[in-house]
Formats: sequence, structure tokens, C-alpha cells
Amino acid sequence: MLIIKNLHAEVEEKQILKGINLEVKAGEVHAIMGPNGSGKSSLASVLAGRESYQVTQGEVKFHGKDLLDMSPEDRAREGLFLAFQYPIEIPGVSNVNFLKTALAEIRQYRGLPPLEAKEFLKLSREKQKLVEFDAQLVNRSLNEGFSGGEKKRNEIFQLAMLEPSLAILDETDSGLDIDALRIVSQGVNKLRSKDNAFIIITHYQRLLEYIVPDFVHVLYNGRIVKSGTKDLALELEEKGYDWLKEEAREKAESI
Amino acid sequence: MNSPSEVTLYDEVINGFEKLANQASSDETSDLRRIRKQAFENFRQSGFPTIRNEDWKYTNLTRFLKDEYALNVPNLPVPTRLIDTARIADFDCYTIALVNGVWDKTLGSTLPQGVELLPMAEAKQDPAFAEWFTQNHNDRFFTALNTALFADGLFIRVKAAALPDKPLHIIHAYTAGTNLMVQPRHIWLVNERAELSIVESIVSEKGQTHIWVNSLTEIVMHRDAKLDHTTIQSAPANVRLVNHTTVRQKKQSLYNNYTFTLPGADLVRNDLQARLEEDHTETHLYGLYLAADRQLVDNHTLVDHQKPNCFSNELYKGVLLEQSTGVFNGKVYVHQDAQKTNAFQQNNNLVIGKKATIDSKPELEIYADDVKCSHGSTVGQFSEEALFYLRARGIGEAAAKALLINAFAFDVTEKIKHAAVETHINRLIGQHIPVTQ
Repeated sequence: MLIIKNLHAEVEEKQILKGINLEVKAGEVHAIMGPNGSGKSSLASVLAGRESYQVTQGEVKFHGKDLLDMSPEDRAREGLFLAFQYPIEIPGVSNVNFLKTALAEIRQYRGLPPLEAKEFLKLSREKQKLVEFDAQLVNRSLNEGFSGGEKKRNEIFQLAMLEPSLAILDETDSGLDIDALRIVSQGVNKLRSKDNAFIIITHYQRLLEYIVPDFVHVLYNGRIVKSGTKDLALELEEKGYDWLKEEAREKAESI
Repeated sequence: MNSPSEVTLYDEVINGFEKLANQASSDETSDLRRIRKQAFENFRQSGFPTIRNEDWKYTNLTRFLKDEYALNVPNLPVPTRLIDTARIADFDCYTIALVNGVWDKTLGSTLPQGVELLPMAEAKQDPAFAEWFTQNHNDRFFTALNTALFADGLFIRVKAAALPDKPLHIIHAYTAGTNLMVQPRHIWLVNERAELSIVESIVSEKGQTHIWVNSLTEIVMHRDAKLDHTTIQSAPANVRLVNHTTVRQKKQSLYNNYTFTLPGADLVRNDLQARLEEDHTETHLYGLYLAADRQLVDNHTLVDHQKPNCFSNELYKGVLLEQSTGVFNGKVYVHQDAQKTNAFQQNNNLVIGKKATIDSKPELEIYADDVKCSHGSTVGQFSEEALFYLRARGIGEAAAKALLINAFAFDVTEKIKHAAVETHINRLIGQHIPVTQ
């Protein structure tokens, strides 16, 4: 589904990603962990098409197409979804209107007519229930005055509505209390299927107790320095990141 | 001052005054004739304003004054189709139409209960006319010109304690075969405890013929009166609109103004002045200007706090597309006597066109010491973060920008009290976005 090869990227002329290689197949959940500033969120931004990032080397294929060549909206229409670490508040744009517009544009791209008002409402109700999202929030302005937890839940609600094939969750767990974390995770677990995939970016192992990943990768200094199974996350929880930093340094010196 | 002789329109006005004065004044009182003469004398000296005049600093009229205009309103067939374009779907209201400033009763004359309406040409005999028609010896420029030359307009009197069941929609249609300058003059009196909602629409035919509308409205709000006043300016590019409104507020009266300027008319200048002549009044001024092409939209507002315990709130928002120019000048004057004044003002602008500009100038003069006043002015572009968020959900760039413009305008459009009018305005906004830069 997603193949990243030797991806290098910079922001404001500072090299952030220094050769990422990663393959994600349908049905898989990948966790990307790493210390602060290692490039986790930058990877999410580059994949979603944030314009402040410049790709300097490497390639990314998404369903066989060149992802880096696409506008952010086309990436979304092709089935990529980024759950933002800091969802934006947009007063005056209602949540419903926003989702209707997004869904209509995605469907149009795929040659489908927009949903009838009734169908849309039904879908929206269904998904609200699935991810336990408050119906009142749906009718409010996009994220305006939402608590941190409500914003993150709105991201998961949007994810449920738009049904992407690949969802990237950028530190969705940050700022969530334990109840919100459980709700968000349950939502994601319900949405998991053999046809879609998830990349979960997180600093802590906590979220991975709820969403059990198939693979865990450690990002450090713009590179994936270690990959493993969910046990790697537990190891990191226990030992922290320092031993990996050490390993990475030794490896770099030996080259 | 510009040498007036350079200006064609000025010459026409000067040469044409005698003739026009003779036509109009046959049924006028000697007082009115005297006022007109004085106003004409004032205009002859002031000419049209130039950018050397502080109030016109950002609004250069030179390119508009080069054209020739007829001053006589022609006799043309009633533009029913044009008037229909101004109608608001699902708006339950009384509708009347003015063609080139003259009330055309064939297009509807049913009026709300307690509301009396007269053509200005007939109202000159009414005692209230003499009482409320402003005599300003210092008048210059456009207001002086209007006083000197006005032929007709609308005189409205809302009887004391009248509570009409539905709003009144006034459609101003302008039409001409050759270039025309019209000077509509209106007096609206809202008597004690009366309430009314007025929606004005200004429309004209698209074409090569220039129509200059120099309109002057005097509103008097008596004790405990309430008026909701909405203006929708959506005339095409060949129209120049200079619109002066003065509101005199008496004790405990409430005046709400909503001014919407849409792409079209190549010059729009709105002077809106609220004069708070007695205590405990309330005033809300909301404005939204969406300018495009090479349009120049200038909103000058004045809130004149003369007496204590008055409240005023002003919110103007502007979206400048393409090569348009916007001007906002918001003056708040608090007299020494006007203690316990609450006066708030906010002007926010979204400059989208690469060649678009805005001049925003809050002007506060406060001579009382126990007051709460605030003002703020912002100029910005699209939030890149918001744009990216929308695009990351599959919404194309143009649609995302349209959503953000609507969201920006929402603070003002949501203030409209009639849902049908709000829908109508959102539809008008929608016709002009998404846009290319």
C-alpha cells in the first residue's frame, strides 16, 4: 500500500528526515516511536503534503502512485488521512458542512455522486456512535472551543466518516486523559480491517496497550534505527531511548 | 482642492443648476429654496473632494469624474426584470421599488400597518419635512450637491408604538440609456416606541452606461424606537455609489445597521453617521465588504457620543479580492458630557488578491473620563494552517478558500435577524468565490 524509499526531507533548510525506508501493507498497524525531535511528526507532515517541507531525496509510492507528486487534497482523495497532532479551530465552518464538502470532493474524485442528505445523516449517526462522538459537537463550528480531548475525538470521527485506506495518527494520544484515550483507541480498533492500514506515531507506549501494533519502529535523528514487534515498545518503555541513541551513534561512527 | 474647472461633471453641475432649480422649486417653500441655494453655493466652492481632503485621502475620484453625466432623470420603461433580481427568496415582507430614486407604486404599494410612506417630492409640504430636513451651512461635496439637486426619494413615518408585522424591503433600481447622476433624498422618522425592520437592495443593469448615485438618507429615531436597517449593495461595475446616512438617536432608541457590499460597483463610498443626541441609546453597526476586480469600497463611519450612558458596537469585516481596494475609517467621538459611554469597534480584513489593498483607520477622540472604549484593526491573509487542514481532508484549494472566506464573513452574516436575508447574502457571496488570485 505504502512504500517509502530513502526519504530525505528538510524544513527551512534543516535536514529533518535522512533516509526513511518503510513498507506498510493492507491490514497492518505500524507504530513509530522515538524521542522528541527525532522526525516523527515531520514524517507525517511530509506524507500528508505540508508545503513547508521539501523532499530532497527518495520516493514514496501509495497504491502504486507517486505520492510526493500529489497535492494534499489528492493524497486525501487517494485514501490517505492524517489525524493532526494539533487540530485547527475554524470558527464559522460547521463540522457538518466541512465533512459534507470533504466527502463530496473525495467521492467526486472517485467518480461517485455526493451522498443524499439522508444517506449522509445516516452515515454520520452511525459513525458518531461507533467512535462515541457527541452529536452536539457535530453541529458546532469546526473544533471551535473544543477541549483537547474533543478535538482528538473529532479527528477519529472524521477518520470514520472518510474511510481512508491509510490513516496516520500523529501523537493522537498526547493530551488525552485515560478515558479519552480508551474511547479514541476503541474507535480505531473498530475501524481496523484487512483492507486498511494505520501508522501510529507516539512518544509513549501507553497508546499501544490499547491499539496493538503489528510492527514498531524507532525513529531517531531522521532515520529508523530499529524495527521490531510490539515487544520493542515494551522494551522502550522500560529502558527509555538512551541505549538506542548510543547504538545509533556507534553505528554511525563505524560507517 | 483640485481646480474645479478640470472636472467635466463639476462644470455640468454648475451650468445645470439654474435650470434644475427652476424645475424643482415651483412647489417648494422659500425656506427650502434658500437651503438649496446655500448648498449649491457651498458645492460651487468645495467642488468634488480630492485626496488632499482628509476624509477622502484614500479614495481618489479623479478617474470617475472624467465621465459626463446627465442630471435629469430620464423617462424609461419600468425595469421589472431588474427589480425581480433584487427580490429575496422566501422573505416574508412588504416590498416597494424605487426607480432612479422615484417610488413606483405600480410595483407594489401595500405597506405595513402604522407605516406612512410618501414620495419626497410630495412630502415637502409635510410639517415634519421642515422639522427634520437637515440644514447644514457647512455642508460640502456630495451632501451639499444632494441638497442642491435632489428631486425625489422616500419619506417614511412610522407612527408611535407601531409594530409592523413584517419587514419592509425597499428595492432601489437604477437604469439609464446614457450616463446619469441621480440624487435620491430620503427622510425616515421612527416615532416613539415604534419598531421597524428595513432591508434595502441596490441594483442596476450591467452595461457601458455609467450611473452615479449620490444618495442621502436622514433617519430620526425617537424615544424607545427600534430600527433594524440592512443594506445590500450589489450593483454592477458601471455604477458609482456614494451613500450618506445620518441617524439621529433620541433617548433609549436602538439602531442596528447591517451594510453588505458585494463585488460590482466600481466605486462605493458609504458614510454612516450615528449621532447619539440623548442618553441610554444603543447602536450596532455591522459591515461586510467583499470587493473584487478593480473595485474601490470605502466605509466611513462615525459614532458621535454626545450624551451619557450610551452603548455602541461596531464590527466591519472586509475581504479584498483581485485588484480591489478597501478603505475603512471608523471614528468614535466621545464628548465631555458623554460619561459612562461604552464604545467598541473592530475592523478585520482578509487581503487575498496579490494586488489588493486595504487602508484601515480607527479614529477615537475621547473627552470624557469615565468611559469604556476599545478598537482593533487587523489585516491578514489566509491561515496556511487552516488551509492545509481542509486540503488534508480532500477539499480542493479553491473550495477550501471559499469555506474560509465564508467562515470569515460569518461573524457578520450571522448577525442578520432574517434567515431568508442571511441565505440571500450567503448566496451572493457564493457567486463571487472561489476565485482566482
